[in-house]
Amino acid sequence: MKVVLQNLTKKFPGPKKTDAEVVAVHDFTFEIPDGELIGLLGPSGCGKSTALNLISGLLKPTSGRIFFGEDDVTDLPPENRGVGLVFQNYALYPHLTVKQNIIFPLQNRKGKDKLSKEEMSEKANAIAKLVQIDGLMDRKPSELSGGQQQRVAIARALVKMPRVLLLDEPLSNLDARLRLRTREEIKRIQQETGITTIFVTHDQEEAMSISDKIVVMKAGVIQQVGKPQDVYDDPVNLFVAKFLGTPPINVFLGRVQGGKLYIGEDAILDAAGVSDREVYVGIRPEGFVLREDGPLCCTLDRLEVMGRDISVVSSNPHCQAPTVRSIISAENRVDLASGTVRFAVKPNKVFIFDQENEKRIRFSAGDTCHG
Amino acid sequence: MDNKNYKAWLYLLPAILFLGIFLVYPLIDVFVYSFEEGYNSASQTYFGVGLYNYSYVLHDPYFLQALKNTLILVIITVPISTGLALLISVGLSSIKPLRDLFQTVYFLPYVTNTLAVGLVFMILFKKTAYSDGLVNLLIGFFGGSSVDFIDGPYWAKMFVLCFYTVWVVMPFKILILTSALASVKQDYYNAARVDGTSKLRIFTKITLPMISPTVFYLVITGFIGAFKAYSDVVALFGTDLNAAGMNTIVGYIYDMLYGNSGGYPSYASAAAILLFAIVLTITCINLTVSKKHVHY
Repeated sequence: MKVVLQNLTKKFPGPKKTDAEVVAVHDFTFEIPDGELIGLLGPSGCGKSTALNLISGLLKPTSGRIFFGEDDVTDLPPENRGVGLVFQNYALYPHLTVKQNIIFPLQNRKGKDKLSKEEMSEKANAIAKLVQIDGLMDRKPSELSGGQQQRVAIARALVKMPRVLLLDEPLSNLDARLRLRTREEIKRIQQETGITTIFVTHDQEEAMSISDKIVVMKAGVIQQVGKPQDVYDDPVNLFVAKFLGTPPINVFLGRVQGGKLYIGEDAILDAAGVSDREVYVGIRPEGFVLREDGPLCCTLDRLEVMGRDISVVSSNPHCQAPTVRSIISAENRVDLASGTVRFAVKPNKVFIFDQENEKRIRFSAGDTCHG
Repeated sequence: MDNKNYKAWLYLLPAILFLGIFLVYPLIDVFVYSFEEGYNSASQTYFGVGLYNYSYVLHDPYFLQALKNTLILVIITVPISTGLALLISVGLSSIKPLRDLFQTVYFLPYVTNTLAVGLVFMILFKKTAYSDGLVNLLIGFFGGSSVDFIDGPYWAKMFVLCFYTVWVVMPFKILILTSALASVKQDYYNAARVDGTSKLRIFTKITLPMISPTVFYLVITGFIGAFKAYSDVVALFGTDLNAAGMNTIVGYIYDMLYGNSGGYPSYASAAAILLFAIVLTITCINLTVSKKHVHY
């Protein structure tokens, strides 16, 4: 089922009558193709859960329309939209067994949609098998681990075969190992059922790893929509560049002068076609190349060896953060004794942003320093 | 380990001493008196030991009347007050405007003196030389014939008593239930709404099980409280309850000790033990029933 959001806006009244309205979701317009897994990504308080609740129908939009396929569902109550919703804390009914929890949505059906006990049981068993909890059907939620509860919650959302599956921070209550496994599970279940799925997260790694597309949000406004790799490789502004990637991007204060990009006194790249101005320079950690005659000079602090690659922690007076973190292949040998380290940079890993509106400035780059 | 044990007992000692002297010892004493025939508290003498006190009390028509009154009161008021309190609290928690005002209004009876409330009920129901009482005026207005609720037929008196009891015990129940309802997480309701659960089903399948420990607590304390009814009855019908035919078990015990026909601590003790046995039985039944229906 294709999901289309058109100019969707949600305003909440301010805490006091005299306060201004809070715009939680501002003018959302995007389309989710049928059967895709979409990650709504943003820092906490950016309106991503509100957006999800608007799609589920638990909240009414201030303006704008929502379509599931060709149906306009904006004015439908949640029960008539055919959405499955998995809550951050799962919201499993504690007094019911796993099986009773899964069957609960089916028992709500009335009239011709009503199912017999056997049919309900059959559907519940099938879905339990899909999420691999078929051995736990008679337990109470309190007797399950966090990961198992998560699966039950997904099973309960899926059992009525929703048109759209919504997951609100589905992994935030799990420990790191379980999170890795469960996110693969979610991807597998989504692919097996083919249900259009939207999930909300503040963890960029989580969103990037399983989403077909990610939607990066900030303060209720969509910043960028696209495939995870595309957004990572081609961020439209400083916020998106900073939000995606671990370790995060290194941001320097720099300037463009005479067609060259400077950080401090070091001219690191050609920046043809950009007029002279002050800019932010973002360099991905993997965008550094260790070279003795490299243009960018940093003070070496320490090395963190991680086997496959080395993380070089250095500092530069023009960097916004106290340390510059670069990741280089473990085959490189770094001379610790010298106290400084020199880098060349990969042009496609360097982004420059306007200092006033933080928007990306595109430039055709060339490496200035061929050794 | 032994040292720790000894310390633990030391910490418990003040409470044990206090409870032992003022609670456990009197309880045992009452139990002993109930088997001592013709015990006299002034001379500390008695004739013999046996079940005569119980036999007397169980054959005393006043006691049987008191037992009947108490049982009717319990059976009528506990379900009605709990049910009504539940309805009102659900109503209160689903409205937004004026909720605080209503909560205050519903809580007022709790902070009002029993005897003052009894007075108000007298004005509502009592026939005097000057007036038939407000309720009778209403009955008359709708074409009914007036009833003497305070000195009249048994059912009328019982109606007033039950009405009064329900009204008096409700505020506390509403207070407890509203806070129990508020503690049910909104997520459960949202989950149920998304799944298209009807309002009735949400109430019976989600709300009720979630607040079942609180409801159970109210039922148990409600039963015990109703079995111990006394001051309410006095407030409505005065101190000569046997004459009014509206005595309760606690009233009977009091009369046996201090009333006009009083001075029989043995009979009073036997009646007290009987009351204890009844309350214990009912509470045990409640506990057994609750195992199936209460979800902690």
